[in-house]
Amino acid sequence: MFAEILELLPELLRGTLMTVELTLCAAVVAITAALIAAVSKMYGPRPLRWLAIAYIEVFRGTSALVQLFWLFFVLPYFGVTLEPFAVGVVALGLNIGAYGAEVIRGSILSIDKGQWEAATALNLGRMQTLRRIILPQAFVAMIPPWGNLFIELLKGTALVSMITLGDLAFKAQQLNQNTLRTLQIFSLVLIIYLCLSLLITVLMRTLEHRVARGLLRGRAG
Amino acid sequence: MQLEWDWNYTLDILPVLGQASLLTLKATLLGFALAATLGLVFALLRMSRLAPVRWSATSLVEFIRSTPLLIQIFFLYYVMPEFGLTLDAMTAGILALGLHYACYCAEVYRAGLDNIPKGQWEAAIALNLSPYITFRDIIIPQAIPPLVPALGNYLVALFKETPLLSAIAVLELMQTAKILASESFQYTEPITLVGLYFLFFSLIAAALTRQLEAWLNTRHGGAR
Repeated sequence: MFAEILELLPELLRGTLMTVELTLCAAVVAITAALIAAVSKMYGPRPLRWLAIAYIEVFRGTSALVQLFWLFFVLPYFGVTLEPFAVGVVALGLNIGAYGAEVIRGSILSIDKGQWEAATALNLGRMQTLRRIILPQAFVAMIPPWGNLFIELLKGTALVSMITLGDLAFKAQQLNQNTLRTLQIFSLVLIIYLCLSLLITVLMRTLEHRVARGLLRGRAG
Repeated sequence: MQLEWDWNYTLDILPVLGQASLLTLKATLLGFALAATLGLVFALLRMSRLAPVRWSATSLVEFIRSTPLLIQIFFLYYVMPEFGLTLDAMTAGILALGLHYACYCAEVYRAGLDNIPKGQWEAAIALNLSPYITFRDIIIPQAIPPLVPALGNYLVALFKETPLLSAIAVLELMQTAKILASESFQYTEPITLVGLYFLFFSLIAAALTRQLEAWLNTRHGGAR
């Protein structure tokens, strides 16, 4: 049993590496897309606002897998051919970004109105207020929901196995066909995903403590 | 290559996709029925007085929530036969969907049950009601209605995850679209139609949930 697991592990770890890379790259895309969409939806001029709303509704309203397939199979007809890895990063990033936009919007709205008024009184511009005063405070409130989104993202990366990308889920299916050690393979894969999820939880909790401490000290001073 | 939308082809495949969408709806409804029921069971087990029960329910819920649904589908479909439980693809898919979302629903139920004031329990004890009757007639009727919008969100989430069943070749919407596309080499129409189908139902469901929320607020708002 133990020797078998050792045999399976190198291949699975290679898949894990791909899963981690995908998660990290897609997380960057997600945060960027979410920030742009949230700010556009709240403060953008009308056409930009509509665009942001359309983006958020379309990506939240359809399946991640459908989005992945659409980018993979349909985009080439528009003359845009992306590598499978890029498709995975863009599809997952935009999908999570749409949910993230609503998280960011919610946490910006949760900031007391007096903060805006005080910033106006101090003659700060709108964008300046947002960047210097509002977002740093909203940041603390958005960390826990973003932690959940990153776990959703990690789980979502399993989908890319369906566009032939060699992530953990893909390696699992490949090994399963080659070795038929179904129980060992899928149990191991579940455990690896669990460890990655726990890692995200721990990292986000650490970040939350750090940021909240800084904020409290700032308030006391 | 230029993008071309072929309306004749669209009309050709529409009935086939319509047929497949029935299977998608069936998987959604059965999966959610399982999720809603099992979720309540998980939530109650997490409130158990016995520490080992509480502890195992909590770890199971956390474990399922932390791992991908796709792998869970594979697990039920490929691994369970080794334990003598052979499921057809559709059953395995529905079970996986139900089990996965039961863990999300369990959190919703738990929040709802926590919101019931302790006095309700104490009053029920004072009235000499058994725990079962207290649950059925006092706690559940108060706890569940405010949860309906949150549960509705998970119904939509589950609905949007049904395309994963294509991974074990269930002939739901996505799988059918893929087969149609690979037969004709026309990917744009089937996959876009599938996307529109999900968008359509999700937007309707979102609107319904908002209505329901407003209605519940006017109905229960005063009491709380």
